[in-house]
Amino acid sequence: MNTASVSLGASVSSQSRFLQLALAAFLGIFVMGFVGFSHIDAVHNAAHDYRHSMAFPCH
Amino acid sequence: MTLFRNVVFIAAIAGLVAGVVLACMQAYATVPLILKAEVYEQAGGGHAHDHAAAPIAPAENAMSTTAMSSAAPAEAAAPEDEGWAPADGFERFVFNIAANVVTGIGFALILVAASEFAGGIGNWRQGLFWGLAGFAVFTLAPNLGLPPELPAMPAADLAQRQIWWMATVVATAAGLGLLAFRKSLPLALLAVALIVAPHIVGAPQPDNFESPIPEGLHHQFVVAVTLTNLVFWLVLGAVVGVVRGRLTGTATSLRDSFA
Repeated sequence: MNTASVSLGASVSSQSRFLQLALAAFLGIFVMGFVGFSHIDAVHNAAHDYRHSMAFPCH
Repeated sequence: MTLFRNVVFIAAIAGLVAGVVLACMQAYATVPLILKAEVYEQAGGGHAHDHAAAPIAPAENAMSTTAMSSAAPAEAAAPEDEGWAPADGFERFVFNIAANVVTGIGFALILVAASEFAGGIGNWRQGLFWGLAGFAVFTLAPNLGLPPELPAMPAADLAQRQIWWMATVVATAAGLGLLAFRKSLPLALLAVALIVAPHIVGAPQPDNFESPIPEGLHHQFVVAVTLTNLVFWLVLGAVVGVVRGRLTGTATSLRDSFA
């Protein structure tokens, strides 16, 4: 009984854990993608040296 | 959403620290080389862009011109007119720091989220190894196929390179994750296949490798980029380990959210 209730609680919280962690990772990917991969000229120029220094595909 | 809040908090501190460290290293190691390369780029006038565009043109002239006109007409026509750009010197340096910090936080969010799935980074030593993994995924693997480029170097189509870059990062991360956290031989073999596959497919390469940039300068740049990124990832991982240790160590209520 005890193990069952623990695993039930764990599974509920693990779903919420997964969502929150996935949300954080998605936010990180979005930020990185915007600064490093955006085709907007102004963004490209502002982060130009950074993009080259991180070896992101550039130009 | 305490977990999300904690992840963002840790990532913000680690990204800030590692981003500032990286920006300082770049100011000495990589940016001077970029400025040198821009001298060659300017010496070639618009030729650098013509060279970059020319190799695609002969075979599929019509296609490339339509692609050019839709994608980047200003870039092909006049390299000087590329929209707003930060002024050289201080302004450019400040924007570089900002880009470093912002993406540092982005990388940190990815690192913290990924490591939490595997139980979290317990201390700075574990952080170093997570940092090494990040370095392998985001620097080593994509740079094998697409070495760091200096301005004016020939390169294949931008969108294709970006797609290859992202696919390589995803495949390498998946491969490393399988190697580290799954204990079966078939999955280990799959992991190796995942890591190797992008390089068998091959990164998009320019048709013509003729470059106004001297080989020595480029080599220096590749070394500088690789080492600065290595230090960045080690710092990022270590700081995540330290900050997370403080959070979970001092506040018992927060410990549950990382359990």
